[in-house]
Amino acid sequence: MKTLIDCQKGCKVEVMKIHASKDLKQRLISFGIMKEASVEVLEHAPRKSTIEVKVGKMRIALRNEEAKMVEVVKI
Amino acid sequence: MNNKDTKVCPVTAKHIKIALVGQPNVGKSMLINSVSNAHLHVGNFSGVTVDKTEVLFDYKGYHFTVVDLPGTYAFTDYTIEERVTHSYLCAESYDLIINVVDSTNLQKNLQLTAELMSMNKDIVIALNMSDEAQKEGINIDAKYMSELLGIRCVKVSAATKEGIDELIDAVVAQHEAKKQDSKLVFSEAVEEEISTIVDFLTKHKYKSNNSYRNVAINLLKNNKKTYEKIHSQPIFTELQPLLIEASKHIELHHESDDIKEAFAEEYASFNRGIIAEVLKQETKEEKKTLTEKIDSILIHPLFGIPIFLFFMWSLFQLTFEVGAIPMDYIDGFFTWFGDVVGSTISNDDIRSLVVDGVIAGVGAVVLFVPNIIILFIGIALLESTGYMSRVAFLLDGFFHKFGLHGQSFIPLVTGFGCSIPAYMSARILKNDRDRLLTLFIIGFMSCGARLPVYVLFAGAFFAPDMAGNVLFAIYISGAMLGLVAAKILKLTAFKGVDEPFVMEMPKYRLPSAKLIWHTVLTKTMMYLKKAGTFIAVASMLVWFMSNYPHNKELEHQYSNRIEMSADDAKKVSLQNELNSKLLEQSYLGKIGKFSEPIFEPLGLDWKMSVALQAGLAAKEVVVSTLGVLYSLGDDVDEQNSSLANAISKNIPFASAVAFIVVIMIYLPCMAASIVFTREAGGIKYFFYLLAFTSIAAYTLAFIAYRVALAFT
Repeated sequence: MKTLIDCQKGCKVEVMKIHASKDLKQRLISFGIMKEASVEVLEHAPRKSTIEVKVGKMRIALRNEEAKMVEVVKI
Repeated sequence: MNNKDTKVCPVTAKHIKIALVGQPNVGKSMLINSVSNAHLHVGNFSGVTVDKTEVLFDYKGYHFTVVDLPGTYAFTDYTIEERVTHSYLCAESYDLIINVVDSTNLQKNLQLTAELMSMNKDIVIALNMSDEAQKEGINIDAKYMSELLGIRCVKVSAATKEGIDELIDAVVAQHEAKKQDSKLVFSEAVEEEISTIVDFLTKHKYKSNNSYRNVAINLLKNNKKTYEKIHSQPIFTELQPLLIEASKHIELHHESDDIKEAFAEEYASFNRGIIAEVLKQETKEEKKTLTEKIDSILIHPLFGIPIFLFFMWSLFQLTFEVGAIPMDYIDGFFTWFGDVVGSTISNDDIRSLVVDGVIAGVGAVVLFVPNIIILFIGIALLESTGYMSRVAFLLDGFFHKFGLHGQSFIPLVTGFGCSIPAYMSARILKNDRDRLLTLFIIGFMSCGARLPVYVLFAGAFFAPDMAGNVLFAIYISGAMLGLVAAKILKLTAFKGVDEPFVMEMPKYRLPSAKLIWHTVLTKTMMYLKKAGTFIAVASMLVWFMSNYPHNKELEHQYSNRIEMSADDAKKVSLQNELNSKLLEQSYLGKIGKFSEPIFEPLGLDWKMSVALQAGLAAKEVVVSTLGVLYSLGDDVDEQNSSLANAISKNIPFASAVAFIVVIMIYLPCMAASIVFTREAGGIKYFFYLLAFTSIAAYTLAFIAYRVALAFT
């Protein structure tokens, strides 16, 4: 399974499924990270501890633990 | 909007109560500012409006009440802001919702709109930031959008004040018009289930204020309130299997076991349809936006953190260097002012009270206004440009190691200004453990009121070109200590699962000069007001306690000796001796002497102990107390009247270090302690904080004192 954390900088992917608890899933969805959304990886913090992604026009920061929960496929 | 309209009578006028709802960072507070000319705090990171704020104004014969609700991404109860907004919208009474949306980011913003649409409330949509949208080549057909959604949509710009009047007109029109049913449409699968439930409700003539369609939607979404209401009705037994079946169908259709996820997807596809109809994006070449360009430097994996440290270092350099320029003038002014006022008072005691007590005490605090202004400007810039979120992004990895959350950074930096708003902004942390932990650490971030103490001591013991660096070092080591303390607390008192880190990175915005001016002005006036009232009274108290009781015998004894001695130098030194003896037997001297054994291992004399104890009330009082104590005490030499000189002459370096360490760590001021207790949720936390900070301050000051002694 490929997740957001496996993506390199500049990579564009589509979200397949979110493997998170209900609360966190709601949170991600409210930020636009949901099934079929296209996501672009913009930046990594040192040692990939945090990543910045772009969904639509919105930039979102995620910690690696959370990024691992977002299953994606490359487009 | 201009407020030329005459004020309407609040009793007879028609009222409209508006709830202002929108996602974070769409400019709600700014919109309310332009609508009412009110001044709310506007920042460029989520969590500015944590409490709801009410603004009143009159327009066209209506009396408006606008309730600015905290920004919320969706109708969930994830964060405190979302809880505040959600419960307000569901439980309170209001006439109309203005849904503020960011025109440059319609898809995401309409997600909340779709949820609002099933609430059975009048809605007006304010398409905010239309000026920015235009610049980005985004064209929205507001009229067509109004038709499609069945909701009045008005293009506005809070920044340029365009469309504000039209928005209010639309509110009035919507209020006077009959309610329209929302035109929210779902996929066929969901529509089918909705109509089954609607048929059921119609058949059983279910009584509801909301339309059957909305009731059905809310039931399918597992809306608690709707369930509670229908649960007590006899029809529920028949309805329940119907609902279970319907939910299963919808979940199957969306290949998900989470009905909320399914509905989120439904809304998203509805919104995609709307956007396809009303939004025209001039096809530009996929260029990097300015924000992305700036971000590629500011949050660079290698350079990001050094750049951030450089910014902070510059801020403290500026605080000291530029702040020092007007200081001589202010100091000179208060000395002159003291002399002028003093010469008009004939009574010795009263003159001493006014000049040495009030003017010296207040002057010592006012002296630091330039430094405070620079620091506040710096923090206001951090907040309003959007850089704060970047720092949270950069530091999360690092913070996480210490058991803190990246977003803890926001309250922590606010703490450099003042602990009170810092305690309040800790609410952006959702997890209670994370929030408490952050609350305990905020005190380690030295607030603006402690700055005068540092500036005073740095200036007294270091050359001017070093003092800025010393200041920076004090702040940084305070922050480092805070991190270590966080780690210790996380391993002991606040064990548990970490809160996820998911945060919006807002667009960079040029800070508006007006806004910065306003924020800084308000905060500076607060500081000055405190100097004029609280500090003046405290200075008087300190003066009184340091002058009384009079010891006639001692005064008599010395005045004889002074008269008898022929040598002028001898006279001066005798006078000094008398002054310090008088001070020692005063009330303050007695308190100081009494507590001296406690502070002695730290190398602090009784004057410093008194200053520290006075600092429990407010940190500004530390400097004013030192001012009073040292202007009365040893130093009567006219040329050397400045407090910094008195301190460098009277206090050994090691003791000064211990003093600074205590100031850095011990309990924040009384007002902050009260806010802390409220935010932490109980008086017991105050006692934890008291014990924690006192022990930490004492131990570390002791170590610092010993180390400094060994080096000097």
